[in-house]
Amino acid sequence: MKSLAELQAIREKMQNQINMRSEDEKVRIVVGMATCGIAAGARPVLNALSDEIQKRNLTDKVSVTQTGCIGLCQYEPIIEVYEKDKEKVTYIKMDAEKAVEVIERHIVGGHVVDKYSMGASGLK
Amino acid sequence: MYRSHVLVCGGTGCTSSGSLKVKDAFEKAIKAEGLDKEVAVVETGCHGLCEMGPVVIIYPDATFYARVAAEDVDEIVKEHLLKGRIVKRLVYDEAQTETGIKSLSDTNFYNKQVRVALRNCGVINPENIDEYIGTGGYQALGKVLTEMTPDEVIQTVLDSGLRGRGGAGFPTGLKWKLCRPNQSDKKYVCCNGDEGDPGAFMDRSVLEGDPHSVLEAMAIAGYAIGSDQGYIYVRAEYPIAVDRLRVAIKQAREYGLLGKDIFGTGFNFDIDLRLGAGAFVCGEETALMTSIEGKRGEPRPRPPFPAVKGLFGKPSILNNVETYANIPEIINKGAEWFASMGTEKSKGTKVFALGGKIKNTGLVEIPMGTPLRTIIEDIGGGIPNGKKFKAVQTGGPSGGCIPAQYIDIPVDYENLASIGCIVGSGGMIVMDEDNCMVDIAKFFLEFTVDESCGKCTACRIGTRRMLELLTKITKGQATMDDLTKLEELCLYIKNNSLCALGQTAPNPVLSTLKFFRDEYISHIVDKKCPAGVCKALLSYTIDEDKCIGCGMCAKGCPANAIVVNADKKVKDGKKLPYLVINQADCVKCGACQSTCKFKAIDKK
Repeated sequence: MKSLAELQAIREKMQNQINMRSEDEKVRIVVGMATCGIAAGARPVLNALSDEIQKRNLTDKVSVTQTGCIGLCQYEPIIEVYEKDKEKVTYIKMDAEKAVEVIERHIVGGHVVDKYSMGASGLK
Repeated sequence: MYRSHVLVCGGTGCTSSGSLKVKDAFEKAIKAEGLDKEVAVVETGCHGLCEMGPVVIIYPDATFYARVAAEDVDEIVKEHLLKGRIVKRLVYDEAQTETGIKSLSDTNFYNKQVRVALRNCGVINPENIDEYIGTGGYQALGKVLTEMTPDEVIQTVLDSGLRGRGGAGFPTGLKWKLCRPNQSDKKYVCCNGDEGDPGAFMDRSVLEGDPHSVLEAMAIAGYAIGSDQGYIYVRAEYPIAVDRLRVAIKQAREYGLLGKDIFGTGFNFDIDLRLGAGAFVCGEETALMTSIEGKRGEPRPRPPFPAVKGLFGKPSILNNVETYANIPEIINKGAEWFASMGTEKSKGTKVFALGGKIKNTGLVEIPMGTPLRTIIEDIGGGIPNGKKFKAVQTGGPSGGCIPAQYIDIPVDYENLASIGCIVGSGGMIVMDEDNCMVDIAKFFLEFTVDESCGKCTACRIGTRRMLELLTKITKGQATMDDLTKLEELCLYIKNNSLCALGQTAPNPVLSTLKFFRDEYISHIVDKKCPAGVCKALLSYTIDEDKCIGCGMCAKGCPANAIVVNADKKVKDGKKLPYLVINQADCVKCGACQSTCKFKAIDKK
């Protein structure tokens, strides 16, 4: 290593990994990972979310975790987005591509992706 | 990319309670479930809560699992990592609330701590330089080499108010400033990792958990004083610390962060390790340098001070591990940030190793000036088994005791000095009503007698005479004249010893005499040990009213000292004979007292 730029490059590469370990208040994305969720394909969703957050250097602001059965097994994979002082948003029947779209439009863009949200399916 | 990190503590405390097996089990189970591309297992340094080891923290949800055994791992992997269900039975009690699980930083143990020197301990993998860089590591070195002059570096350290964390509290910036102008073909930067106080493990944890912070700080110090060579003196009894330092030095050299022409600035600096054989006196600066030179570790008179004539006769500085660990943060965040913490003359934070009669044994870092009560009651969780708090011993064999009436004292250099105590390197041994203060003083003196290097008479012979007097007191053979002699000897040794080991050796006696003189007097005059510790002054007797004569005590007595009382007739309606303890045979082990279900055995 002969320059500060090289140091900076390593730092940026590692920062996302390290930020996952901070306990600051973050936006929480929770993936339903009970048997029903896993059977419906929650794992690829979880991994897609986690990868996308890291790719976009958002690990200091957003955490991706799992939870158990939410109770709406037929709508799995389900993800929920918790933001401070905002209402929880629940997305249903997710897959990896939809998950990436949620990150892009909801987490980054700030707009709830209505077409995947629970409200859009007629559930109240 | 990993979605989850499993941090397994690899500090000494958790390693000895089996954390490496837990780590292996995690790796195996994660692989078996096919999660090895999704979940990373990271071995870290000390989290501080050694009492609860082996400690495992799972991110991103920061679930703190305590006392995890290898057998529990399958369940954690299947439930938590696969299905996202936290295994509640293993979560640290304090973190559990009725409504769920609270964040670790909200628990009593962590919420009053401010982690500066320990910032990366338990967070990063100490054997991976990339993780250290990821937290901002080596940025401070880059900044210093490219943007600051050596004088500016020294001024920043001076302004921060950082003082030596090894115990004496000498201003670090001043030490560097005194060394800088001394002209020489060679200068040395030394690191004191010879932590030897009984019960202290602050430096050990920093070296194990964040070795790169020390390397980076030493390079910064090298730039500041104009040196190109550093030595870390660490005791060979710290095998994990030694290993991780070796790995860290190798990685730093590979990255060009140690060696020639660092960051292309023309600045050269390298670091070598020197292992100490564990002599306590080698923590003294001149003895340490003599030992690095390959000679017998004995102190020499000062002046000349090491800043003028130190290692190999060249100008040198020596700082403690924890002192160094603060330096990169001071450079990155500025002197004002550091100086904003702490009290008027004691800035920043200090790491303490909590031990003894306390619920949460472990490592804590608090701002200077935090009241002792906060450390004992909130962070430490108080005294176990409902016992009464009696005193805290700080500073090990060089320090003294803070008695219960000073529990609200703010902990910093000045306040502790005002009551004859020292901050010291940071060992804090908590004592309850069952501890005898004369016995404690004797314990520390036994340590100093063993560790005196023997060079000067005051320390070599004086401490031995003191120990004899203390032994006499604990055996009930002393007179009040002996107490006067003991006090005279204390002052003589303090004033006439060559190095700090001898000069401070009487402190444990002086401070217990100051606050617990009545205990000494009961030993001497009443021939009693109020805490019931000094065996020679104790006797166990059987309370005949409570004794039913079952004989359990006699069965368990290793000296066969409990026999049927031949002089005593059995009371009406009582079937079993009375028992009595034959005082001549009794070894005062207390086994009978712990066996008796009827609390019929008294200790006096």
